[in-house]
Amino acid sequence: MRRAARIDRLGVLLTVAGAAALAFLPFVVFKHNRILPGDPLGLFAALPAPAAYACVATLILAVVTALGVGHAKTRFIVALVGIAVVAFAIAMAGTALTPPGNRVVRVAPGAGGWLLLATLVLMATDALTRLRPRPLTRVLLLVLCAVAAGFALGHGVFDQLSIMREYAVNAGRFARELHVHLWLALGSLGAALIIALPLGILCHRVPRLRAGTLGALNMIQTIPSIALFGILMAPLAALAAAVPLAAQLGIRGIGAAPAVIALFLYSLLPIVANTVVGLKRVSSAAVEAARGMGMTPGQVLARIELPLALPVILSGVRIVLVQNIGMVTIAALIGAGGLGAFVFQGIGQTAIDLVLLGAIPTVAMAFAASVLLDALVETLDRIPP
Amino acid sequence: MIRIENLSKQYGATTVVDAVSMEVERNTITVIVGTSGSGKSTLLRMINRLVEPSSGRVLIDGKDTRSEPAHLLRRRIGYAIQGHGLFPHRTVAQNIATVPHLLGWSELRIGARVAELLRAFQLDPAEYAGKYPHQLSGGQQQRVGVARALAAEPSVLLMDEPFGALDPIIRSKAQDDLLDIQRRFGTTIVLVTHDIDEAFRLGQRVAVMSQGRVLQYDRPAALLTRPADSLVARMTGLADRALRLLSLTTAGQIATPGSAGGPTIAASASLRDALSEILWHGAESAQVVDERGAPRGSLTVAAILAHGRPE
Ligand SMILES: Nc1ncnc2c1ncn2[C@@H]1O[C@H](COP(=O)(O)OP(=O)(O)O)[C@@H](O)[C@H]1O
Ligand SMILES: [Mg+2]
Repeated sequence: MRRAARIDRLGVLLTVAGAAALAFLPFVVFKHNRILPGDPLGLFAALPAPAAYACVATLILAVVTALGVGHAKTRFIVALVGIAVVAFAIAMAGTALTPPGNRVVRVAPGAGGWLLLATLVLMATDALTRLRPRPLTRVLLLVLCAVAAGFALGHGVFDQLSIMREYAVNAGRFARELHVHLWLALGSLGAALIIALPLGILCHRVPRLRAGTLGALNMIQTIPSIALFGILMAPLAALAAAVPLAAQLGIRGIGAAPAVIALFLYSLLPIVANTVVGLKRVSSAAVEAARGMGMTPGQVLARIELPLALPVILSGVRIVLVQNIGMVTIAALIGAGGLGAFVFQGIGQTAIDLVLLGAIPTVAMAFAASVLLDALVETLDRIPP
Repeated sequence: MIRIENLSKQYGATTVVDAVSMEVERNTITVIVGTSGSGKSTLLRMINRLVEPSSGRVLIDGKDTRSEPAHLLRRRIGYAIQGHGLFPHRTVAQNIATVPHLLGWSELRIGARVAELLRAFQLDPAEYAGKYPHQLSGGQQQRVGVARALAAEPSVLLMDEPFGALDPIIRSKAQDDLLDIQRRFGTTIVLVTHDIDEAFRLGQRVAVMSQGRVLQYDRPAALLTRPADSLVARMTGLADRALRLLSLTTAGQIATPGSAGGPTIAASASLRDALSEILWHGAESAQVVDERGAPRGSLTVAAILAHGRPE
């Protein structure tokens, strides 16, 4: 009984999922070309025996740790090692299965490979939650992961995998679309900040404005993004036709203009609402004292109210940034560009690897933005309200 | 000296402060006392123009307070409020340095002043300067709040229920400290409270307010012995007014030379406490000694009782 009680519940679940992935699902998929469905291959069929055994040995270590080791740091490190080994094994399978010089056949991670990675990521995040690392540690871990991934990519470790073959074909365009993606996401955030911060401050100062403003912004939030793009198309096209200068500035019914405007509109609510909440949270006695000691209204705002509201405002910015990075993907539908272009092109061609080439960096960027801003919010919030 | 002339404040149709005129003497503590909602805070806040008067004017040292921008006026006037209003994101030292900073003092001068004030309020600079307000006890926070109000050496200090959030023992200590500080820095203090005991304990002059009007502005003893009307008499405590009167005079003030029997009493003790001590010992008189224990004379029950009624 006492032994059984010590076995980790999550560990059991992860072990079952991982074992099933290894036993019943393909570790990698071998495709004769880019479009055709491929042949499923297990771990031992995909890799030379010594590499396969090394991989299995690592997974057994992970299982033992997941089931029987309570020490969170150990669990985290073992999970990270597991992720690295499985990723490396998938990459190796690509190299091993691709005949030298052949640019037509494709090797991609199979459902089993993905699932193994997913179980190990779960194990790592669970351990990380238990460790409750300080904000700076979390940022360092993120940087470490980014450096490791960058190092592996830079050294061509994954070059024989299907997704990297798509990248190789699209390398020049990828850099451009990544650039566009970031510009759309950050530009609309910047524009929103310029409008939403003063608007939030105004709503705080003039309670009569508050309900109406938040209500209107809330309504915008409920319009689906595709619909909003559509709504913006007609007036922008008309504007471009009527005002040549607007057209010269690149304002058209499709493209970046409606995308930025839509993202900007979506960004307003979280920032305005959080600014209002953040300012409301500031102790009224502190504001009264600041005024009573002779601070000008501007000084009260800049030195007392905004610094004390900043953590809440920044958590609004975090929501917007993560939301925008994701939503820019959809803007590709109206010709705004960005990584979404690969996603929709891939869907059109039923080339799943091209979809992933757009999707994986998007998810990674959103994740990184979230970790960074969370850390910032927590650091600032250390200073008690 | 602060001269308040015919000062009124209306919000819409309601008059919150109604034609108040009074003069606050230099280097004294003046207390404004009254029930909640009687307009005390509004009157106080019109002195530093946190509230702009509807009519009337305020002169400080003969100068109309409207002759300079409000924020510059406020930097010359200390302001301390209930619940201290310390800035939670700033250290104790930064909080105290607020007004000197606004006035552009040198860092050197600010540092010296902060240390001086912390010591004056019995807070060791080495230990407390770098702490944040939430790391202090309620009493310490309140002291830092007053220190901050005094930082730029204002000649006038306005205090709005500064001890309202403290429990009785700490509150009593804070009142003693304020009396000390006032003697030490010679600041002219105007303090608002709803607590009549606090008013009697601190105020050299007390203004009793009700419904926006000052009913009587006088020395504490005069409020008890010659109340302007029945409302003042009721507010200053009809039932125990004799005992209140006794607490306004110290044993040292009425001690007569020579010695008599009975308990030994400090010269700084109030007549009320002296009487209590004599009753407790079943005596008729007491010995009065100064803080070093040297005899200052004696005191009889009859002499004490003579001070408990209007002359
Ligand atoms: N800004 C304001 N607007 C309207 N009424 C106010 C305002 N400030 C205070 N009052 C009213 O004025 C009256 C006196 O307030 P105040 O000076 O704060 O009283 P006190 O400090 O004696 O409790 C109260 O009835 C209060 O509701
Ligand atoms: Mg008040």
